[in-house]
Formats: sequence, C-alpha cells, structure tokens
Amino acid sequence: RVSSDGKPPKFQPPPKPVIIDRKTQKEEKRFLSPEFIPPRGRTDPLKYYIERKDMIQRRKVFNIPEFYVGHVLAVTTADPCASEKSKRFVGICIQRGGKGLGATFVLRNVIEDQGVEICYELYSPRIQAIEVLKLEKRLDENLMYLRDALPEYSTFDVNMKPVPRMAHEEIPVNKLQVRMKPKPWSKRWERPKYNIKGIKFELPEHKMKAAQKWSQPWLEFDMLREYDTSKIEEKIRKELSEELEK
Amino acid sequence: SITGACGAIQKLTRVRVVDNSALGNTPYHRPPKCIHVYNKTGVGKVGDKILLAIKGEKKKALIVGHKMPGPTMTPRFDSNNVVLIEDNGNPIGTRIKTPIPSTLRRREGEFSKVLAIARNFV
Repeated sequence: RVSSDGKPPKFQPPPKPVIIDRKTQKEEKRFLSPEFIPPRGRTDPLKYYIERKDMIQRRKVFNIPEFYVGHVLAVTTADPCASEKSKRFVGICIQRGGKGLGATFVLRNVIEDQGVEICYELYSPRIQAIEVLKLEKRLDENLMYLRDALPEYSTFDVNMKPVPRMAHEEIPVNKLQVRMKPKPWSKRWERPKYNIKGIKFELPEHKMKAAQKWSQPWLEFDMLREYDTSKIEEKIRKELSEELEK
Repeated sequence: SITGACGAIQKLTRVRVVDNSALGNTPYHRPPKCIHVYNKTGVGKVGDKILLAIKGEKKKALIVGHKMPGPTMTPRFDSNNVVLIEDNGNPIGTRIKTPIPSTLRRREGEFSKVLAIARNFV
C-alpha cells in the first residue's frame, strides 16, 4: 500500500473471528428414545401419559444411555442362580421393539461358534447396568439378517474395551455390506419389503429382478399410512426435559 | 436341502449334540433326531428330557437350548442343542463347550451333574 507522509499505514485490527455456537444449534435435535412415541391407535392418551411418568421415574434412578440399532452393548442383569448374582452379556443390538414400559432390545453375539440372542426389557428392574461399548449406526434399522450372515459379522469380544466417543453429537454410520451364508435364509432378504441396504447380495441378476416382482411402489404414497410424529415428539420432549430437571 | 426350523423341539426334529461324547461326535449318514418328548405336551423346551435316535440307537437327552424365542431375558440359540444323558441323569460326555442358559441352575437337583461339566453360562 502507498503510505501517507512516509509513515507506516494506520493499524487495522484483524477481523473478529465468527464463533458458530454448534452446541445450541444441535441441542434442538436431542435424541428421543423411540419407545416414548405412542403408536397410532384409538387408545386414551392418558394411558401413555401414565406409562411415560413411570418410564421417567425409572430413568431418574437408572441411566439408560442413548443407543441405536447396530451399537455394541454390555448388559449386566441380576440373576439369583448365577455365581455372584449377576450376569454380563455383550452383543450387537439388532432390533428395538415395543412401546412404553415393555420396550425391548435384542442383543446378538456368537460365543464358542454358537449364535446367542437375548431379548432384554429396557425398563426391567433386573437390569443393573447398560454400557455402550461401540457407537455405530448401521444402514438398516433391523439387523435380523445377521442370523443368515457369516458368523464373523456377529462375533464380538466379551472383554471388549469401550471405544471412547470422539466428538460429542456425531454417531458414525457404518456402511458395511455384510456377506451372507448360502441361500436357504430364514427370510427372503432380497425382497423389497425388507428394504435392506446392508447386505452384499451375490445372487445372479435374474434372481434380483424376480425379487422386485414383490415390490409395492404405491406404499410410499399411501396417505392413510402416514403417521406424522413431529408434534407429538415436541410435546414429549418438553415433558421429558421438565420432568428430568426436577 | 435342509430348511431351518423355527420351533421348540418335538418328534422328528433334528438336534445338535453339544457335549464331547463319542456317540454325539462320530459322523453318521443320518443326523440325530428326536423320537419322543417326556412331557405332557409333545413340545420340549429348555430343561426337558427327550429320546434321541443316534446311530441306530435310542438315547435319552436333555434340551439345553432351542431356536424358538422363549421368555424375555432368556437366551435364544441359533441351533437346537442337546446333551446326551443316561436314564439316571448322568451325562455321557465330559465337557460342554457351548453356552448353557443359566435358568437350568434353578433345577440344580436334577441337573447338577450336567451343570458340573458345563463351561459357559449365558
């Protein structure tokens, strides 16, 4: 720059850094466990309100962490017949079902070449601790096809150390394509009804095309099947945050 | 080919013997099949005794796990597992490597010897 009167140019302070406060932005998208959302039906909402109160009471006493299908969890349950009165099971969550207090999740693991699945109830008083060992979402919400996949995809070490979560607020999606055992499967996973993206289908082309015969492309446009949960979710989130602050 | 059954154990179900007995582990051209369930209903669940046809012989066995989902908090196995047993309840094998549901521990009186040779409990 041309300096005036031979003196150094006037000091210009550097531009102020713009701080984007990500935390306040992300807090709006807080996780709501799927068993809080009441199913579509004609039952009195009072029933779900009472159930939610009980669920919140249990959550105050016992911490149920946020987890999705595909996470590797370790659950310790109380068992009178086991040694030391408690039992620990490590496995990958393949399904979350049920609403309200009967919400369940199924953990699967392969121990000594034998596949074992246990269906736990989230709000059962027998559960003493739930730890999330590995945080990882998968491409589907239902990993039942792991039963027909090669056993290496369901084996998890029982003494696995919990993988530390890196940045808060980001759950990585594992785009793993699983290889399957040869064909007679428990369900025909190639059919579009299951809409599975996480399998590497090594089937011939004509079989994949024949499976598309069972596709129902009109289903996504069916207005009677729509269930918009956004307003219900907001109300429940408000309720939850109020109750948990007390 | 063999289809996967999804029910508890009844007559003519093919089972998998999990202990290390000679009868259970020597290969034969026919898989071991259940021919009778010692139960009021003909359906065997975990902890029931059944009659097995192995290698042309009849042998009693104890069910230690089936493919059918049971009550919540109990394990569900990917194969119908069975442990060979004598008439008085003594197991024939000496070791059971596969995991066994700990609900069997409640009936320690009948199955104490089988539980003694088991290694892992789920």
